[in-house]
Amino acid sequence: MILLTRKAEFSSAHFYWNDAWSAEENQRVFGRCANRNGHGHNYTLEVTVAGEVDPVSGFVVDLKQLKDILEREVVSVYDHRHLNLEVPEFAKTVPTTENIAIAIWRRLEGKIPNAKLHRVRVYEMPDLFADFYGEP
Amino acid sequence: MKAHLSRRYHLSASHRLHSEAYDAERNREIFGKCNNPHGHGHNYTVQVTVSGEVDPETGMVCNLADLDAFAQTNLIDRFDHTNLNTLDCFQESVSTTENLSMAIYRIFRNFTAAHLERVHVEETSNNSFDYAGGADLSFI
Repeated sequence: MILLTRKAEFSSAHFYWNDAWSAEENQRVFGRCANRNGHGHNYTLEVTVAGEVDPVSGFVVDLKQLKDILEREVVSVYDHRHLNLEVPEFAKTVPTTENIAIAIWRRLEGKIPNAKLHRVRVYEMPDLFADFYGEP
Repeated sequence: MKAHLSRRYHLSASHRLHSEAYDAERNREIFGKCNNPHGHGHNYTVQVTVSGEVDPETGMVCNLADLDAFAQTNLIDRFDHTNLNTLDCFQESVSTTENLSMAIYRIFRNFTAAHLERVHVEETSNNSFDYAGGADLSFI
C-alpha cells in the first residue's frame, strides 16, 4: 500500500457563530472570528489516499482524475464563496477548520476510484491546520 | 467525530551542544561546530498536534485562543530569545532538538483542553524532530 497526497487551494469567507448562544457568548468564545461581516482565508487542502500501485500504469490513482474530483466536489463549491451563507453544510454548523476537514471528507468519501480516503488536511493558514481520518 | 488540530509557533534561541560527561576534545568530536563555546542560534518552529472530539456547539477540538494563550505563557515566554542552555530543563541534558522536543511535549501535556498527540520541532528547514510520548522524561 502507498499513500498519495494531492493539494488544492480555495479562498473563502466565513465567520464563527452559534445561533443557540447570545451575541455576548459568541463574542466570548469566538473572539474576532465572530464578526458577522465575516473574514477570509486562503485555504490549502491536502487529500491523502491509500491504495495499491497498479502494476501496469504505476499509479495508485490517476492524478488528473483526482484533481478533477477535488475540483468538482470541493473547490468549485467552496472557492470564492462565503462558507456560512453559500455552502449548505455550514448553514447550521460552524465552519471551523475542524468542521471543514470533516465536511470535505464527507464530500470525497466513496468518490475516489481504486483508492481509500486516508486523511483530509485543511490549512487555514500555514501555522494552523486540522486533520480528519474519518474516525467516529 | 474526532479530529486533529495542529498549530505552529515560532521561537528564536541560542544554544551550545556540550556534555559535562565528555572532555573538551570529545565534545568537539561529537558535536562539531555545535560545540562552539560561544553558542549559536536558530529560528525554531514548534508544531503542536492535539486531538479530541469536535464540540458540536463550537465546531472546535479546543479553543485556539486557549491553546495560543497556553503556548505564549509556557512556551514562547519561557524559550523565545533565550539561551536554551541556561534554562532549567537543560541543566541535566544537552540542548539538542531531540531533547527540546521532549521538553516541549512535557509542557504541552499540561494543556488539558485536548489530548496531546505529538510535538514536531524544526531546528532548520532541513532538520526536524518529532516526539509523541513514551520516553522517560524525568531527566528533562
